[in-house]
Amino acid sequence: MGLVENGKLPKPLTALLNVSRKYSLWVYQWGLACCAIEMGAAFASPRYDVMRLGVIPFPASPRQADLVVVSGTVTDKMAPAVKRLYEQMPDPKYVISMGSCANCGGPYWDSYSVTKGVDQIIPVDVYVPGCPPRPEALLEGIVLLQERIRSEDMGERWNGDPIVVS
Amino acid sequence: MTDTQQIAYIAAQAADARVNVELETEGMTLNIGPQHPATHGTLRIIVRLDGERVVAAEPVMGYMHRGYEKLAEVRTYPQVTTLVNRIDWLGSFANEVPFILAAERLMEVEAPPRARWIRTALFELSRIANVILFLGDMAVQLGAVTPVFFAFRDREFVLNQIEAVTGGRFHPNFDRIGGLKDDLPKGWIEETRGVLARIRTFCDEMEDLVAGNEIFEARTRNIGVVPADIGLAYGLSGANIRASGVDWDLRRDSDMGLAHRELDWKVWTHPDGDSFARYWVRLQEVREACTIVEQCLDGIPSGPVMAKVPRIIKVPAGEAYVETENPLGVMGYYIVSKGELVPYRVKIRSASFNNVSITPWLLEGVYVPDVISILASPYFILGDIDR
Repeated sequence: MGLVENGKLPKPLTALLNVSRKYSLWVYQWGLACCAIEMGAAFASPRYDVMRLGVIPFPASPRQADLVVVSGTVTDKMAPAVKRLYEQMPDPKYVISMGSCANCGGPYWDSYSVTKGVDQIIPVDVYVPGCPPRPEALLEGIVLLQERIRSEDMGERWNGDPIVVS
Repeated sequence: MTDTQQIAYIAAQAADARVNVELETEGMTLNIGPQHPATHGTLRIIVRLDGERVVAAEPVMGYMHRGYEKLAEVRTYPQVTTLVNRIDWLGSFANEVPFILAAERLMEVEAPPRARWIRTALFELSRIANVILFLGDMAVQLGAVTPVFFAFRDREFVLNQIEAVTGGRFHPNFDRIGGLKDDLPKGWIEETRGVLARIRTFCDEMEDLVAGNEIFEARTRNIGVVPADIGLAYGLSGANIRASGVDWDLRRDSDMGLAHRELDWKVWTHPDGDSFARYWVRLQEVREACTIVEQCLDGIPSGPVMAKVPRIIKVPAGEAYVETENPLGVMGYYIVSKGELVPYRVKIRSASFNNVSITPWLLEGVYVPDVISILASPYFILGDIDR
């Protein structure tokens, strides 16, 4: 891991590694609020079918996952669990923040119990706006993330700005 | 170790085992959630086990508490519908209706007949969108993955119809005090008839695939039985109480302000009160909802969809409580107004909160695999529990 994290890997090997990581993103089954149903529509419905993009939505444990979709409102009571679940994922790991609630609080921007933005707790790679975003928007977020993984230098992984689907 | 020593050792072990014939099992606390594939989001249940048996179970709620009642005090009346859409996120339109009806009662405005009929059609469409996901999801919890693909496939068509009218797949925000935002688009009625035919086919498929499945029956029949009196004492409502044999449906029994009483349909009940009965009653209710929507499509009267309402809505001082039969059960809004732009207090009575309160009673003494079947069948949605 030391070699990979320092970006010392020879270029062809990095490219090979990136392509294989790009097409085997494992997402773990975890829904929070309304967006979880749109995420379910994107992951489980025949119309959107995320598996054709190489995303596998089967693991029920964060320990087997590369990608987490924070789909919905994160409340202050839920926040420690979100952080803990993120910490249980093996590196390299990616986070998609789905929906206005996870991005910034959304319609609950003045609520006393809602965490305004999951990026206060865990680093976010892709923001998908919408309340809730359509499944197509989530798919675009995943595609953009895959493009980034394709040309990623492991050494500079944490320096990039987050992607915002527009 | 020599052979003799070994035989002596085994004999000693066997003697020990004979002495401790009554094997004692240690109690264990099992924490399910807040992240668990079978808890519909973020419900957490702490289960105390004795071997395979549940001694006590306690649901821990509040992981999805977003403070609707407090937020409603700083939103104007038209803004509140945006919020309450998101309480029961699967049947969003049905959440707006009781709030709007309560506000209309305070303002003494009545929606025109066309608006009432379209509301009824959308109300029942959102019931279909809500319940068919349950029909697939319950099978997933018991280990059959295919039905949920069917459910999501056919749900998309219903969502398309809702989107065609309201502009929102999920959260329509279409109901206004005094009527509706817009009229139906052209050709919608014919398209909806086709979608309803699809939903009926889906119901037949589910009856074949799931309700007629031997494994499904074995895992749900006589599991999680709720007698009618216990169910009423815990405040169950909707399909959960009808599955216990109580013939009670607000759509028929009270004047909700929608068109249900002018239509011809049936309230289904089941005498058993077990998990299977809850599944079966919901399956029949989807079919009945199709009948209601079809009759609405045939009989929508012509006319305006909006009554005369002032542009800036100020609700006169007073109190009103309106409850309707939502997809998950009885949902009610108690509005206190002081004659201002914003409500003074809004109390939300949501169905799932009462439905989840019966789980400690239901889970006592069952086996661990049945916990999942029992948790799946009363069908609670976390937003509806915590609000």
